[in-house]
Amino acid sequence: MELFLFVTFSALTVGSAAAVVWHPHPVKSALFLILSFFSMGGLYLLLQAEFIALMQVLVYAGAVMVLFLFVIMLLNLKPRGEDRAAFKVRVRWAVPLVLFFVGGVLTAVTGALARLAPAGSHGPDWVAAQGGNIRALGRLLFTRGLLPFEVTSVLLLVAVVGVMVLAKKERR
Amino acid sequence: MVPLHYYLLVSALLFAIGVTGVLVRRNAIVIFMSIELMLNAANLSFVAFSRELQDLSGQLFVFFVMVVAAAEVTVGLAIIVTLHRNWKTIHVDAIRMLKG
Repeated sequence: MELFLFVTFSALTVGSAAAVVWHPHPVKSALFLILSFFSMGGLYLLLQAEFIALMQVLVYAGAVMVLFLFVIMLLNLKPRGEDRAAFKVRVRWAVPLVLFFVGGVLTAVTGALARLAPAGSHGPDWVAAQGGNIRALGRLLFTRGLLPFEVTSVLLLVAVVGVMVLAKKERR
Repeated sequence: MVPLHYYLLVSALLFAIGVTGVLVRRNAIVIFMSIELMLNAANLSFVAFSRELQDLSGQLFVFFVMVVAAAEVTVGLAIIVTLHRNWKTIHVDAIRMLKG
Protein backbone atom coordinates (compact mmCIF):
# COMPACT_ATOMS: atom_id res chain seq x y z
CA MET A 1 0.00 0.00 0.00
CA GLU A 2 2.74 2.42 0.94
CA LEU A 3 4.67 1.60 -2.21
CA PHE A 4 1.54 2.12 -4.29
CA LEU A 5 0.99 5.58 -2.73
CA PHE A 6 4.65 6.41 -3.22
CA VAL A 7 4.56 5.47 -6.91
CA THR A 8 1.33 7.45 -7.44
CA PHE A 9 2.56 10.60 -5.71
CA SER A 10 6.03 10.53 -7.26
CA ALA A 11 4.65 9.89 -10.75
CA LEU A 12 2.28 12.85 -10.29
CA THR A 13 5.09 15.03 -8.96
CA VAL A 14 7.61 14.23 -11.69
CA GLY A 15 5.02 14.15 -14.47
CA SER A 16 3.53 17.53 -13.68
CA ALA A 17 7.03 18.98 -13.13
CA ALA A 18 7.89 17.88 -16.66
CA ALA A 19 4.65 19.49 -17.85
CA VAL A 20 5.70 22.77 -16.18
CA VAL A 21 8.81 22.90 -18.34
CA TRP A 22 7.15 21.54 -21.47
CA HIS A 23 3.92 23.57 -21.59
CA PRO A 24 4.21 26.74 -23.70
CA HIS A 25 1.59 28.67 -21.73
CA PRO A 26 2.83 30.16 -18.40
CA VAL A 27 -0.59 29.96 -16.68
CA LYS A 28 -0.86 26.24 -17.39
CA SER A 29 2.74 25.80 -16.26
CA ALA A 30 1.80 27.41 -12.96
CA LEU A 31 -1.25 25.15 -12.56
CA PHE A 32 0.89 22.08 -13.20
CA LEU A 33 3.38 23.36 -10.63
CA ILE A 34 0.55 23.55 -8.05
CA LEU A 35 -0.29 19.91 -8.79
CA SER A 36 3.38 18.99 -8.45
CA PHE A 37 3.71 20.74 -5.06
CA PHE A 38 0.50 19.14 -3.83
CA SER A 39 1.58 15.61 -4.63
CA MET A 40 4.95 16.36 -3.09
CA GLY A 41 3.07 17.10 0.12
CA GLY A 42 1.79 13.53 -0.13
CA LEU A 43 5.37 12.28 -0.37
CA TYR A 44 6.23 14.21 2.81
CA LEU A 45 3.28 12.57 4.56
CA LEU A 46 4.63 9.16 3.54
CA LEU A 47 7.95 10.19 5.12
CA GLN A 48 6.12 10.99 8.38
CA ALA A 49 6.99 14.69 8.11
CA GLU A 50 3.51 16.04 8.81
CA PHE A 51 4.58 19.61 9.54
CA ILE A 52 6.58 19.87 6.32
CA ALA A 53 3.64 18.40 4.38
CA LEU A 54 1.33 21.07 5.84
CA MET A 55 3.84 23.81 5.04
CA GLN A 56 4.24 22.47 1.52
CA VAL A 57 0.52 22.80 0.85
CA LEU A 58 -0.01 26.08 2.72
CA VAL A 59 3.12 27.99 1.71
CA TYR A 60 4.05 26.53 -1.67
CA ALA A 61 0.80 25.35 -3.24
CA GLY A 62 -1.03 28.20 -1.51
CA ALA A 63 0.90 31.42 -1.02
CA VAL A 64 3.78 31.13 -3.48
CA MET A 65 1.66 29.90 -6.37
CA VAL A 66 -1.00 32.56 -5.78
CA LEU A 67 1.81 35.09 -6.06
CA PHE A 68 2.97 33.51 -9.33
CA LEU A 69 -0.54 33.51 -10.82
CA PHE A 70 -1.08 37.06 -9.62
CA VAL A 71 2.07 38.29 -11.39
CA ILE A 72 1.15 36.39 -14.57
CA MET A 73 -2.28 38.05 -14.46
CA LEU A 74 -0.70 41.45 -13.77
CA LEU A 75 1.70 41.23 -16.71
CA ASN A 76 -1.05 40.07 -19.12
CA LEU A 77 1.44 38.23 -21.35
CA LYS A 78 0.74 38.06 -25.04
CA PRO A 79 0.19 34.56 -26.41
CA ARG A 80 3.08 35.16 -28.85
CA GLY A 81 5.36 33.44 -26.36
CA GLU A 82 8.44 31.49 -27.28
CA ASP A 83 9.80 30.05 -30.47
CA ARG A 84 8.87 26.35 -30.18
CA ALA A 85 11.32 25.12 -32.84
CA ALA A 86 14.29 26.74 -31.08
CA PHE A 87 12.90 25.38 -27.80
CA LYS A 88 12.96 21.82 -29.13
CA VAL A 89 16.53 22.26 -30.37
CA ARG A 90 17.58 23.42 -26.90
CA VAL A 91 15.76 20.47 -25.30
CA ARG A 92 17.69 18.10 -27.55
CA TRP A 93 21.08 19.20 -26.23
CA ALA A 94 20.08 20.12 -22.69
CA VAL A 95 18.43 16.83 -21.68
CA PRO A 96 21.44 14.52 -22.27
CA LEU A 97 23.76 17.06 -20.66
CA VAL A 98 21.63 17.39 -17.51
CA LEU A 99 21.01 13.63 -17.27
CA PHE A 100 24.77 13.06 -17.54
CA PHE A 101 25.59 15.39 -14.66
CA VAL A 102 22.69 14.43 -12.40
CA GLY A 103 23.36 10.75 -13.09
CA GLY A 104 26.98 11.29 -12.08
CA VAL A 105 25.96 12.91 -8.81
CA LEU A 106 23.42 10.14 -8.16
CA THR A 107 26.07 7.47 -8.72
CA ALA A 108 28.46 9.17 -6.33
CA VAL A 109 25.74 9.52 -3.67
CA THR A 110 24.64 5.90 -4.06
CA GLY A 111 28.24 4.81 -3.51
CA ALA A 112 28.38 6.78 -0.26
CA LEU A 113 24.99 5.46 0.94
CA ALA A 114 26.53 2.11 1.87
CA ARG A 115 28.40 3.80 4.72
CA LEU A 116 25.25 5.51 6.00
CA ALA A 117 24.04 4.50 9.45
CA PRO A 118 21.22 5.99 11.57
CA ALA A 119 23.11 8.28 13.93
CA GLY A 120 20.39 10.53 15.33
CA SER A 121 18.28 10.00 18.41
CA HIS A 122 15.00 11.16 16.88
CA GLY A 123 13.43 7.83 16.02
CA PRO A 124 9.66 7.30 15.71
CA ASP A 125 9.44 6.38 19.41
CA TRP A 126 11.12 9.64 20.46
CA VAL A 127 8.81 11.68 18.23
CA ALA A 128 5.77 9.88 19.68
CA ALA A 129 7.03 10.56 23.21
CA GLN A 130 7.31 14.27 22.37
CA GLY A 131 3.65 14.33 21.35
CA GLY A 132 3.92 14.14 17.56
CA ASN A 133 5.99 15.50 14.72
CA ILE A 134 4.87 19.13 15.01
CA ARG A 135 5.61 19.35 18.74
CA ALA A 136 8.97 17.66 18.38
CA LEU A 137 9.93 19.94 15.51
CA GLY A 138 8.75 23.04 17.37
CA ARG A 139 10.77 22.12 20.42
CA LEU A 140 13.84 21.61 18.23
CA LEU A 141 13.20 24.89 16.39
CA PHE A 142 13.20 26.94 19.58
CA THR A 143 16.26 25.26 21.10
CA ARG A 144 18.79 24.15 18.51
CA GLY A 145 17.47 26.36 15.71
CA LEU A 146 16.70 29.52 17.67
CA LEU A 147 19.39 31.77 16.15
CA PRO A 148 18.61 30.85 12.52
CA PHE A 149 14.92 31.28 13.33
CA GLU A 150 15.49 34.83 14.55
CA VAL A 151 17.76 35.64 11.59
CA THR A 152 14.89 34.50 9.35
CA SER A 153 12.84 37.47 10.54
CA VAL A 154 15.58 39.84 9.36
CA LEU A 155 15.61 38.07 6.00
CA LEU A 156 11.85 38.52 5.62
CA LEU A 157 12.16 42.20 6.57
CA VAL A 158 14.86 42.66 3.91
CA ALA A 159 12.58 40.97 1.36
CA VAL A 160 9.65 43.25 2.26
CA VAL A 161 11.76 46.42 2.04
CA GLY A 162 13.41 45.22 -1.19
CA VAL A 163 10.09 44.57 -2.87
CA MET A 164 8.79 47.99 -1.84
CA VAL A 165 11.87 49.69 -3.30
CA LEU A 166 11.54 47.69 -6.52
CA ALA A 167 7.82 48.32 -6.87
CA LYS A 168 8.09 52.08 -6.39
CA LYS A 169 7.92 54.10 -9.56
CA GLU A 170 11.10 56.04 -10.28
CA ARG A 171 10.73 59.82 -10.22
CA ARG A 172 12.65 61.55 -12.94
CA MET B 1 8.85 1.32 4.30
CA VAL B 2 9.87 2.75 0.94
CA PRO B 3 13.68 2.69 0.74
CA LEU B 4 15.75 5.88 0.67
CA HIS B 5 17.01 5.20 -2.87
CA TYR B 6 13.56 5.66 -4.36
CA TYR B 7 13.14 9.08 -2.78
CA LEU B 8 16.61 10.11 -3.91
CA LEU B 9 15.78 9.02 -7.45
CA VAL B 10 12.58 11.11 -7.46
CA SER B 11 14.51 14.04 -6.03
CA ALA B 12 17.24 13.71 -8.69
CA LEU B 13 14.62 13.56 -11.44
CA LEU B 14 12.91 16.70 -10.13
CA PHE B 15 16.23 18.50 -9.92
CA ALA B 16 17.08 17.43 -13.48
CA ILE B 17 13.73 18.74 -14.72
CA GLY B 18 14.37 22.03 -12.92
CA VAL B 19 17.84 22.48 -14.43
CA THR B 20 16.48 21.60 -17.87
CA GLY B 21 13.74 24.18 -17.43
CA VAL B 22 16.25 26.92 -16.63
CA LEU B 23 18.34 25.92 -19.65
CA VAL B 24 15.61 25.58 -22.27
CA ARG B 25 12.92 28.10 -21.41
CA ARG B 26 13.14 31.79 -22.25
CA ASN B 27 10.15 33.07 -20.27
CA ALA B 28 11.46 34.60 -17.03
CA ILE B 29 8.46 33.40 -14.98
CA VAL B 30 8.83 29.79 -16.14
CA ILE B 31 12.56 29.95 -15.38
CA PHE B 32 11.57 31.04 -11.88
CA MET B 33 9.18 28.11 -11.54
CA SER B 34 12.02 25.78 -12.53
CA ILE B 35 14.16 27.23 -9.75
CA GLU B 36 11.32 26.44 -7.33
CA LEU B 37 11.34 22.86 -8.62
CA MET B 38 15.05 22.56 -7.84
CA LEU B 39 14.54 23.90 -4.31
CA ASN B 40 11.77 21.38 -3.76
CA ALA B 41 13.95 18.54 -4.99
CA ALA B 42 16.54 19.50 -2.38
CA ASN B 43 13.79 19.60 0.28
CA LEU B 44 12.66 16.10 -0.62
CA SER B 45 16.21 14.81 -0.18
CA PHE B 46 16.45 16.57 3.18
CA VAL B 47 13.28 14.95 4.51
CA ALA B 48 14.19 11.51 3.13
CA PHE B 49 17.61 11.64 4.80
CA SER B 50 15.98 12.97 7.98
CA ARG B 51 13.89 9.81 8.22
CA GLU B 52 16.78 7.52 7.28
CA LEU B 53 19.19 9.01 9.84
CA GLN B 54 16.46 9.41 12.49
CA ASP B 55 17.39 13.05 12.99
CA LEU B 56 14.80 15.84 12.81
CA SER B 57 17.41 18.48 11.86
CA GLY B 58 16.73 17.69 8.21
CA GLN B 59 13.13 18.85 8.60
CA LEU B 60 14.35 21.95 10.41
CA PHE B 61 16.50 22.73 7.37
CA VAL B 62 13.50 22.32 5.06
CA PHE B 63 11.63 24.88 7.15
CA PHE B 64 14.41 27.43 6.62
CA VAL B 65 14.72 26.58 2.93
CA MET B 66 10.99 27.31 2.57
CA VAL B 67 11.39 30.71 4.24
CA VAL B 68 14.30 31.61 1.97
CA ALA B 69 12.35 30.39 -1.07
CA ALA B 70 9.34 32.52 -0.13
CA ALA B 71 11.54 35.62 0.27
CA GLU B 72 13.30 34.83 -3.00
CA VAL B 73 10.01 34.46 -4.88
CA THR B 74 8.67 37.83 -3.71
CA VAL B 75 11.86 39.69 -4.65
CA GLY B 76 12.26 37.81 -7.94
CA LEU B 77 8.69 38.41 -9.04
CA ALA B 78 9.05 42.11 -8.16
CA ILE B 79 12.15 42.21 -10.39
CA ILE B 80 10.17 40.53 -13.19
CA VAL B 81 7.37 43.09 -12.83
CA THR B 82 9.93 45.90 -13.01
CA LEU B 83 11.53 44.32 -16.09
CA HIS B 84 8.15 44.13 -17.75
CA ARG B 85 7.47 47.76 -16.90
CA ASN B 86 10.72 48.92 -18.51
CA TRP B 87 11.06 46.54 -21.48
CA LYS B 88 7.42 45.49 -22.10
CA THR B 89 8.66 41.88 -22.28
CA ILE B 90 9.95 39.15 -19.97
CA HIS B 91 11.57 37.17 -22.76
CA VAL B 92 15.12 36.83 -21.43
CA ASP B 93 16.67 36.93 -24.92
CA ALA B 94 15.22 40.39 -25.44
CA ILE B 95 16.69 41.79 -22.23
CA ARG B 96 20.36 42.28 -22.97
CA MET B 97 21.40 45.58 -21.43
CA LEU B 98 24.30 44.05 -19.50
CA LYS B 99 25.44 42.04 -22.52
CA GLY B 100 26.50 45.18 -24.42
